[in-house]
Amino acid sequence: MIRFDQVTKLYAGNNRPALNSVTLEILRGEFVFLVGASGSGKSSFLRLVLKEENPSKGQIHVLGQNLGKLTSRKVPYFRRNLGVVFQDFRLLPQKSVFDNVAFSLQVIGKSKGFIQEAVPDVLKMVGLAGKSGRLPHELSGGEQQRVAIARAIVNKPAILLADEPTGNLDPSTSAGIMTLLERISGGGTTVLMATHDAGIVDQMKRRVIELVSGQIVRDERQGGYQTQALPVQRQAPPPTETGLGAQR
Amino acid sequence: MRVGLVLSEVGQGLRRNVSMVVSIILVTFISLTFVGAAILLQQQINQMKGYWYDRAQVAVYLCTQYDEGGNCNSVEATPEQKANIEQQLKSAVLAPLIKRYDFEDHDAGYARYQQQFSSSESSGFVTPDFIPETFWVSLKDPSQSDAIVERLSGVAGVEEVFDQRKYLQPIFDALNAASYTAIGIAGLMLIAAVLLIATTIRLSAFSRRRELGIMRLVGASNRFIQTPFVLEGVVAALIGSVLASGAIVAIVHFFVQGYLNATPSATPFVDLGDAFIVVPILIMGGICLAALSAAVAIRRYLRV
Repeated sequence: MIRFDQVTKLYAGNNRPALNSVTLEILRGEFVFLVGASGSGKSSFLRLVLKEENPSKGQIHVLGQNLGKLTSRKVPYFRRNLGVVFQDFRLLPQKSVFDNVAFSLQVIGKSKGFIQEAVPDVLKMVGLAGKSGRLPHELSGGEQQRVAIARAIVNKPAILLADEPTGNLDPSTSAGIMTLLERISGGGTTVLMATHDAGIVDQMKRRVIELVSGQIVRDERQGGYQTQALPVQRQAPPPTETGLGAQR
Repeated sequence: MRVGLVLSEVGQGLRRNVSMVVSIILVTFISLTFVGAAILLQQQINQMKGYWYDRAQVAVYLCTQYDEGGNCNSVEATPEQKANIEQQLKSAVLAPLIKRYDFEDHDAGYARYQQQFSSSESSGFVTPDFIPETFWVSLKDPSQSDAIVERLSGVAGVEEVFDQRKYLQPIFDALNAASYTAIGIAGLMLIAAVLLIATTIRLSAFSRRRELGIMRLVGASNRFIQTPFVLEGVVAALIGSVLASGAIVAIVHFFVQGYLNATPSATPFVDLGDAFIVVPILIMGGICLAALSAAVAIRRYLRV
């Protein structure tokens, strides 16, 4: 589903790679947590999967496609197979809940009939059936994130990327969002979630990939936020380097 | 569905940036009016050239007893000299260039002089012997006059060989200068128009950056993202070029046809037919310019 081969990502003007020779494979239907400190490379990882960035070295395959060989003309069509959710929701403030979700279908050319059918379905699934006419600012944070999730999955993507989706939410609301993501995963969608939320990771007991300074230091089935077992160490960086200067 | 969505985006963009859109309309209007005026001036010059050059002749003035210039020395051209000049005109060198020539003697020249300068005071003193005898030569190609001038200027009995086109040259020079000035102003204004369109489109894209971000995220195609912005620029420029076309047609109708044509003159002027040739040029030019500059301006927002 997602395969990284020796992927290194360097940003201009920064000698330390954001990702350093990362190799991993994520299979269909897996639920994967990506954990690590701020600047450890989680967001870079997600951006590479989305092909918002290109790797400096190495190859990335997503959904059977070699992203290095994907022309920029084809990138939009590739992204239709991915759903993305962010910490800050990124809803359109002037559009209602229904229109926010419908917008993502309109712009990829879906028919009116399809939209009229698919949007209420997905809103029902995320638990917002009665609120399709509301504007985003009339909703709670958790509800806004549900709208964002509805928008991400309405086109039935094979992969759902979530960048700290619970980062702005309180624990009980977060739990609701996680239940939703679990349900989506149960439907066969591969979910890749970057998070800082130790409680959620510990509770879910799913695959955990830990990044430190751009390197995978742990890849554990049914892991917790911090490892209980011996980590899969691969040239872990010296622990002395901390602070903002060392990050990314 | 998609067409409706694109058009509603265009409408939104135009409403959101009314003041910028109005300035695009005005700048394209003025610049394209200058472009149109320059084209009309060139058409006018061509028309006048065609008209006058057909009528312009080369005059071979012969000596009179009062002439001291040329090859004269105050001696009237003799019949032998006239025969020699006529021989030259019929020669293998000049004959192929000449459509026809006529000889005008003192009396005929005097009659024409009286007719043309009847109101002038000097007409009372002038007698037929003052008026030189003349060969009026019409050329097949008026631009070949130099050959005649060179060949006949040195011949005995010739006072001067004069190409009438020289009278017209200053007029054409002035018209040419006017048309180049119009093109220059139009060029500067068009640069302003292009930059203004690009700025407006960037502003419009900036105010819609949330939508653009989401569109890119969910996989809207570049063309879909680009089209509303390009159309926005095109609509504004189209309005400007339609106004410019209206101005050009109005100038030809009211000023050239209504005013200039009403004054007595033999000069032919451009007409509405010429103006309607300019209209599609202005409209297509305006549309292409706007589409190109908008497409370039929006490209930054399409980078994936």
